[in-house]
Amino acid sequence: MTDGLPRYPDYDVLRKRNTVSWNDPTRTAIDRRLAVDRDPHTLTEGEFATLQAICDRVVPQEQGPDLVPIAAYVDQELTLDLSLGYRYAGLPPAKEAWHRAIAALDAESVKAFDAPFVAVDAARRDTLLTRMQKGELKDPAWGDMAPDLFFKQHVLVDIVAAYYAHPTAWSRIGYGGPASPRGYVRMGFGMRDPWEAAEAHPGEEAKAARKNRNV
Amino acid sequence: MSDKILTNREPLRSGLDLEAMHRPRARNGRAPDPHVPGGWFPMREHREDEAVDFAIVGTGAGGGVLAARLAEMGFSVVAFDAGPYFRPLEDFASDETAQSQLFWTDRRVTDGENPLKLGSNNSGKAVGGSTVHYAMVALRQRPESFRSRTKQGFGADWPVDWREMWHYYAEAEEALKISGPISYPWGPSRPRYPYRQHDLNAAALTLAKGAEKLGIKWTETPLATLSAPRGKSPPCVYRGFCRVGCSTNAKQSMLVTFIPRAIKAGAEVRDLAMVGRIETDKQGLATGLHYHRDGAWRFQRARNVVVAGYAIETPRLLLNSASDRHRHGLANSSGLVGKYLMTQSNVAVWGEMDEEVRWNKGPPSLAITEHWNYDDSKDFFGGYIHMSQGPLPVEWASVHTGARGLWGKALQDEMAKYNHMVGLKMVGEMMPQERNTVTLADEEDQYGLKVARVTYSWCDNDKAMIEHSLDFMGRQLEASGARNVWRQPDDTNHLAGTARMGDNRRTSVVDTNCRSWDVPNLFVCDGSVFPTTGGVNPSLTIQALALRTADRIQALARRGEL
Repeated sequence: MTDGLPRYPDYDVLRKRNTVSWNDPTRTAIDRRLAVDRDPHTLTEGEFATLQAICDRVVPQEQGPDLVPIAAYVDQELTLDLSLGYRYAGLPPAKEAWHRAIAALDAESVKAFDAPFVAVDAARRDTLLTRMQKGELKDPAWGDMAPDLFFKQHVLVDIVAAYYAHPTAWSRIGYGGPASPRGYVRMGFGMRDPWEAAEAHPGEEAKAARKNRNV
Repeated sequence: MSDKILTNREPLRSGLDLEAMHRPRARNGRAPDPHVPGGWFPMREHREDEAVDFAIVGTGAGGGVLAARLAEMGFSVVAFDAGPYFRPLEDFASDETAQSQLFWTDRRVTDGENPLKLGSNNSGKAVGGSTVHYAMVALRQRPESFRSRTKQGFGADWPVDWREMWHYYAEAEEALKISGPISYPWGPSRPRYPYRQHDLNAAALTLAKGAEKLGIKWTETPLATLSAPRGKSPPCVYRGFCRVGCSTNAKQSMLVTFIPRAIKAGAEVRDLAMVGRIETDKQGLATGLHYHRDGAWRFQRARNVVVAGYAIETPRLLLNSASDRHRHGLANSSGLVGKYLMTQSNVAVWGEMDEEVRWNKGPPSLAITEHWNYDDSKDFFGGYIHMSQGPLPVEWASVHTGARGLWGKALQDEMAKYNHMVGLKMVGEMMPQERNTVTLADEEDQYGLKVARVTYSWCDNDKAMIEHSLDFMGRQLEASGARNVWRQPDDTNHLAGTARMGDNRRTSVVDTNCRSWDVPNLFVCDGSVFPTTGGVNPSLTIQALALRTADRIQALARRGEL
């Protein structure tokens, strides 16, 4: 992989769904994840569109059937108003934090570019997000919530955790995914169990793809 | 599946919708047998209006062990846990996110110069506590750690002799059939581990290679997951999901070891039972506890109460139990309840290997070095271990976002290297400081109880240790052949302190028997009694201390001093 990033051609972790690597609770969990309701429940339509625009920059994805509906997961998490187990004293609970941040981001976008966040191009979205990450946004709409803390604790946590919880993301990085009751046997360097993703070494893409169709 | 999903509203953390999360299972004279699908143990039940010998709050590494031992000694015991009673074979998905029902995710507020992350890495909410999702690393503190003030010049001494602790360590290792090396390279000689060590994965081989290049010792990590069958538990199949629950029962958590022992010996376990307040009488003695179950507050009478809720919930309960006689909280005449909170530093270095590593296979930490716990040529107090690692994708992404602030294509490119990554992560001794605290916030949880505010700041010694470990681990990882080595400088994990034990009632909360100086029928049995936290994972020390506390209680009872 010295010349580039590892690739796993034709690997789809969902091919393992009916194997001994998936038990019933796992099938239930992943089936429900894939069947996520794509409409917002907590955020308004407008807020949801802004959240989608943020997700598009934090985890850029190609359009297609495997697209991970990240914003839908984030919205569903907010519906339950759960915590991760802690909240920084400078942040309100998650739901309120997102409502406020989306409003503030739109205010910042209008101030900087005369258009709401969803209406500006990718480069300008990145500019605003980078300034949020650096704590450079100062609009009164943020209230006492620090933009950089919100970015670190919510933008990067809620969005990225939702994406990497999805089989599409697992397939892309060659991760084996669920493994119960069958775990793994071959643990040493360069060792692949036949039910793991095969990496395509230069000139051997077809061979790897064939293995990946038979995990 | 014996357990139905109640709703369809939680597509990520679907475990939260399990019926076990909402309806108690241990009742009507029976409790789940975690080893048998649909199976039950008969369970003795106790009336609320008749005082039991011991009401224990929490069923983790401390409370779970103590419940079993006290019941085996013939005491009547009811053990309460705020969390559900899981059946791993039927309930546990093989998924990092769905399994978040194992974590304590109730409201908590963190602040200070270095606010702690809580939840997945240090707080469990289940029968069995956080042993249900711990990484199973089972280590002994070095002898000098029990006399840090006298022998090493920092912190406070434990009111316990190290030889006594090492006796109980051996007992705990035997009870959990720890799998480890035949001869352990550091410290006084110890017996062989009951089961042989596990095989090394590529991540662990990387630690070994780097250690040998630098000329330090390493060994296979002693782990509480089986390397051979034991009763109805199979050997570990190296799924690598240890930190989100073991679905095969190879992990020797409290849920599959001491809890069944407790129930067989006559203890009652009440799941989904959140204890909110300990009641005391005019003499200042505990009379029982108020707990929330089935949507209502109830009261259990008890002759003795044991608090075993770990370093946040234990002080929170004591502080929430303030009364006219105990205005600043129960057992708090020293003013130290909630103070001297300690975490352990958990910083890491990460790098890339040319070969495929696939570090998610096997338990996360299969190889270890305790070199810097036993080498005293350091410019800081305390010590640390470091171990090989194998984070699952969501956790791994959180390292890139948390430590490096990556997003967009930069994040995705880093994540694409997943199968080639290696890392070394330390567990390090942070100093006990009075300013690191658990207090009550002006905010209530779902039970109407004041939530914990957790305040944490690193001291200069903590920072020096972190710098030392990052430098050393970085050199070791490079010596093992890793490229592009980078640092994760901010992580912390295990907790301790907040109800420290000691020889002096003015400078400690509990005595050498882990009994409150103020309330003689109140005990604490968890990591909150630690005066110092040592440079190893705390679970085995909590378990050993619980075994010792049980023996101490029996001795007190025999002398008529209970």
